[in-house]
Amino acid sequence: MSNYKAHIMICSGTSCKASESENILEAFREEIEGHDGKFKVLKTGCFGFCAQGPIVKIYPDNVYYVKVKPEDVKEIVEKHLIKGEKVERLLYEDPKDRVKLVVHDEMEFYQKQYRIALRNCGFINPENIEEYIAFSGYEALGKVLTEMTPQDVVKIVKDSGLRGRGGGGFLTGLKWELAMKSPGTEKYIICNADEGDPGAFMDRSILEGDPHSVLEAMAIGGYAIGANKGIFYIRAEYPLAIERLKIAIRQAENEGLLGKNIFNSGFDFTIEIKLGAGAFVCGEETALIHSMEGLRGEPTKKPPFPSESGYKGMPTSVNNVETYANICPIILKGSKWFSSIGAENSKGTKVFALAGKVNNVGLVEVPMGTTLREIIFEIGGGITDGKKFKAVQTGGPSGGVITEADLDTPIDYESLKAIGSMMGSGGMIVMDEDNDMVEIAKFYLDFTQDESCGKCTPCRIGTKRMYEILERLTNLEGDMDDLQKLKDLGNMIKDTALCGLGQTAPNPVLSTMRYFPQEYEAYAKREKTKSYRIDAEKCIGCTACIRVCPVNCITGKVKEAHIIDESACIACGACFTACKFGAIIKP
Amino acid sequence: MSIIKLSINGMEVEVQKGTTILEAAKKVGVHIPTLCHLNLEGFGIVNQVASCRACVVEVEGRNTLVPSCSEKVTEGMVVKTDSARSITGRRMAVELLLSNHPKECLTCAKNLECELQALSQDLGIREIKWEGEKMDYPLDKSSFSLVKDPNKCIMCRRCETMCNDVQTVGVLSAINRGFDTFVGPAFNLDMDNTACTFCGQCVAVCPTGALTETNDVGRVWRALHSSEKHVIVQVAPAIRVAIGEMFGMEAGSVTTGQLAASLRRLGFDGIFDTDFAADLTIMEEASELVHRIKHGGRLPMLTSCCPAWVKFFEHQFPDMLDIPSSCKSPQIMMGTVMKTYYAEKKGIDPRDIVVVSIMPCLAKKAEAARPELTKDYNNNVDLVLTTREYGAMLKEAGILFNQLPESDFDSLLGESTGAAVIFGTTGGVIEAAVRTAYEWITGEELENVEFHQLRGLEGIREATVNIGDLKLNIGIAHGLGNARKMLEDIRDGKSQYHAIEIMACPGGCIGGGGQPYHHGDMDIIRKRQEAIYKEDRSKVRRKSHENTAVLKLYEDYLGEPYGHKSHELLHTYYIPREKI
Amino acid sequence: MPIKSLDDLKKIREKNSRIVALRERGESSDERIEILVGMATCGIAAGARDTMISLKKAVDDMKLENISVIPVGCIGYCHSEPTVQVNIPGDAPIIYGNVDEIIAEKIIYMHILNKELIDDHLLNKIFTKA
Repeated sequence: MSNYKAHIMICSGTSCKASESENILEAFREEIEGHDGKFKVLKTGCFGFCAQGPIVKIYPDNVYYVKVKPEDVKEIVEKHLIKGEKVERLLYEDPKDRVKLVVHDEMEFYQKQYRIALRNCGFINPENIEEYIAFSGYEALGKVLTEMTPQDVVKIVKDSGLRGRGGGGFLTGLKWELAMKSPGTEKYIICNADEGDPGAFMDRSILEGDPHSVLEAMAIGGYAIGANKGIFYIRAEYPLAIERLKIAIRQAENEGLLGKNIFNSGFDFTIEIKLGAGAFVCGEETALIHSMEGLRGEPTKKPPFPSESGYKGMPTSVNNVETYANICPIILKGSKWFSSIGAENSKGTKVFALAGKVNNVGLVEVPMGTTLREIIFEIGGGITDGKKFKAVQTGGPSGGVITEADLDTPIDYESLKAIGSMMGSGGMIVMDEDNDMVEIAKFYLDFTQDESCGKCTPCRIGTKRMYEILERLTNLEGDMDDLQKLKDLGNMIKDTALCGLGQTAPNPVLSTMRYFPQEYEAYAKREKTKSYRIDAEKCIGCTACIRVCPVNCITGKVKEAHIIDESACIACGACFTACKFGAIIKP
Repeated sequence: MSIIKLSINGMEVEVQKGTTILEAAKKVGVHIPTLCHLNLEGFGIVNQVASCRACVVEVEGRNTLVPSCSEKVTEGMVVKTDSARSITGRRMAVELLLSNHPKECLTCAKNLECELQALSQDLGIREIKWEGEKMDYPLDKSSFSLVKDPNKCIMCRRCETMCNDVQTVGVLSAINRGFDTFVGPAFNLDMDNTACTFCGQCVAVCPTGALTETNDVGRVWRALHSSEKHVIVQVAPAIRVAIGEMFGMEAGSVTTGQLAASLRRLGFDGIFDTDFAADLTIMEEASELVHRIKHGGRLPMLTSCCPAWVKFFEHQFPDMLDIPSSCKSPQIMMGTVMKTYYAEKKGIDPRDIVVVSIMPCLAKKAEAARPELTKDYNNNVDLVLTTREYGAMLKEAGILFNQLPESDFDSLLGESTGAAVIFGTTGGVIEAAVRTAYEWITGEELENVEFHQLRGLEGIREATVNIGDLKLNIGIAHGLGNARKMLEDIRDGKSQYHAIEIMACPGGCIGGGGQPYHHGDMDIIRKRQEAIYKEDRSKVRRKSHENTAVLKLYEDYLGEPYGHKSHELLHTYYIPREKI
Repeated sequence: MPIKSLDDLKKIREKNSRIVALRERGESSDERIEILVGMATCGIAAGARDTMISLKKAVDDMKLENISVIPVGCIGYCHSEPTVQVNIPGDAPIIYGNVDEIIAEKIIYMHILNKELIDDHLLNKIFTKA
């Protein structure tokens, strides 16, 4: 861009277009003529805050002008582009404290995301340790080893308020303190990279984008609890992450940042990788430890907690990838900095994998306390195809659905629990008006009952029975009694299953039953038809549906209302798509 | 140890730190049902997986119900075992188990012995609300010893604890996931194709009918009904102190006389005591030991009476097959003598003789079928029943065992000594061998035949017995895990023993896998052991080499102990086997 | 030489300080241009390898010696994978989404050589970093 002094970027999104952005574009073109091609006018996509439109952005100054009118163009060109002064009256204005902002990074809209765990992802070459070091890598470890005692480290992590990001939400500093205080001839620090929720990939992204940040944090944790051995438990389905980890470990060893006498401190630390077979239950820490020991990946009762008796019966701290990714910034910037971000009892940020019926599917990292509405509608860009929002599932198969009524709930561990879901590891699946909540619950339950380790009765048999009832309902073979049974079983499994996975397995069912009882009742009363139907009022008899039906279950003469044979309909939806008159009624 | 105070159902309880809620509740007369839990007290065997959830109780301040079998008490804990929430939780756990359980109680081998059945009755379950799909796996009847029915497996993992932790055989573990999970060998191999020793300890602790012995009762009935066959029977030492339990008698009742009488009533053509063969075994084994000591042979020598132990070392220590004694087990020696000497004496074609054994053991069934232990294409022992099967046969025949007048075994090959009886308990075989070896080596008479240093129930015991100038170092192990430790010491050159006795089952044959179910009550095993020693004390002759019938057998037929003919008939060899 | 002190670490950091300034603020003392390609599993699945190859080929074809094409992790824009970030000294970093082989070529020929943004593929950096 050095040939141009500036780019003038004009939003040509629908709403800006509606408010004259075309005319503004023309005005700029006219205005800059004769400036020797120093400036270039561009149309761009929507900037996302359409209420302020039309919007004009000046690159590379990162200045936004809002509510621009064609008559403002001359002033912008003369004042800003030529003289380099900003046109104050058109600057974006933060409604709250009425401070005009110029650089887009500072605007409230963009501040919705704040990246601590993902700070280096996408900005460094994960296979190059020098790039990591350039972005302050290994400084935290150096500081810890040369200036701090293990007690200091535990204290700073404890004071920061960092809680486990794998879902449990246990205070990381406290976990480290317990392991530090537990006696043992050998101690272990483990990274849990057995990410297994359907639709969740936060940990994988961190490991693929910034592996050193996790290794460094493990060494810091090792120093804090008194472990000289770190073990990475990662599922074999993550080959790229494993490859990058291996490279990172080798580089760190070559640089003396892992191995013997790190930073001349006398502290030795090595890291080994153990591959898991990807069983969901192995994300549970006791099951994970058993799997590492070569045993069947099954949870055992806690207490004893791994901090007292874990891997090989020794004090062990198991922490999640994202938890580790927060450690180095806490060490470098201090516990106060970290605890100033986020909500009352949930400090810092959380990474979510935003997926489902949302426009901007992606990884987002937001401060705790951000509302679901902000994530879904502002960062996520709202629901696809302009459909209506119905619910969002957090906590994966262990969580529950959150409806419109709770969208303004600030996200933290406690508030999500209070509305029947949970933080979980960070999967966030958005559902729109077309999603059938009973089917959604069935999907999750199918996953958990399949992934159950089979050890305890409630999880092994109970989740299967719940799944069977859901199948019965959706096949329109159930009754109202089944709804009570579902509830009874769900509550019993929550109360009696051996591990956290079993205890949370009924959540998707219980929470959808709580918020969408009518959908369950429709199945139980068999009001729900499985087939599509035709609204005879609207049908003009064009035969479009008849021609696309793969099972030939639609009959009717031309220009007469058609009829679907409900017993033969396979609910494929082809007729619905084909009908141009909205005459097909969904099941 | 510090004292913990807690409240259970409103009652104050004081217990030692480390006590579980279950044990604490017992103290105040509160029974909490259990299913997967198993604690073989005094044997150091505990299965505490907390998987069945039939014992869950409410603890104040806890989000979920907790398993009382494994949750340790804490100061000030408030426990409610009788709240609606606790009862519902426990009841639903059992209902769920029943919903995936074949309801064939009437024809199940464990009918009236089944702990799930008992629990269902205790909880008054009359209807199962959660009917649905049931597991449907084929039965494993591949082996001669046991039947595995995965559909009755409730994942209590007791068998796994016995197989892996106690016996260190490692054949059984949970396989598959979710609803399809059950306990079985890797890849659900047939049991016959695994390193299973058929010790039967899995069967001994299985709460349901998922693991039972192969039932040979019908075959024995058919043999008895056949007019062409000469059907004779032998009973092992450990049967007489256990079978009474099946007929309402006190544990530890000695029922040798009733046993002989019952066999006679069933119509066997000859009734014999395996004790005779035990004495014969001592003649051979003590000779072998003396031979090895005198000629600088391989030491220590290990006993070979226990077929589960034999199969264990064939699989696990195939490099050390020269260590065990080459003696056949008493069961097989008896069968061999029957089909040779007895047949000759009686003038019966050995092919017309059916030898039935009644054994406390499942491995004896597999042993009888080992190809190298057959002679001239004819089994030495044809049919093996466990104590339990024999008890069932008596019940079927309407024989009121406990009311029978005492009777004796047949006179030919009928005599036995106290040394033979103690084969039934851990330490007994080696004590019997020492009684004989002592007199043979020193040439002096042994005054006090009881070697108390060899007795007890600790898993591994050792003692030094002075035999003249020789200090004989003796090791004893029961339970295959303990045996493994001894063998590893031998392999590492750390062992100083001359002779070692090994029995696969905890307690020896009195705790065998074919004995009446103890249901976790280890006092029963202790009482059986006391009864064994009582029987020994009641015998006039207590040293095997004083058994006149045995001496006559050598004189008439075998010649010298450890001589040519006995080598041919009474000794065997071992086969290296795969580890899986 | 193994790193044995914070000073050793600092030296490496200073040696590479240029990339921090360039990637974060578009400032750089030299003329080296960086193109960062999101090469996490998600990016690769969406075709980032082809994007990478195409970028490198275009760089080679034009004998552009002052351009480094660097694989990086995921920036989180799953909706627009593969993503590419162009860091030209003196310009604010520009992020592109849905960069297939053709767009990759365009990035070299239009953006780098002709200083023209490919506006249909522009993405905003919608976050701040610790």
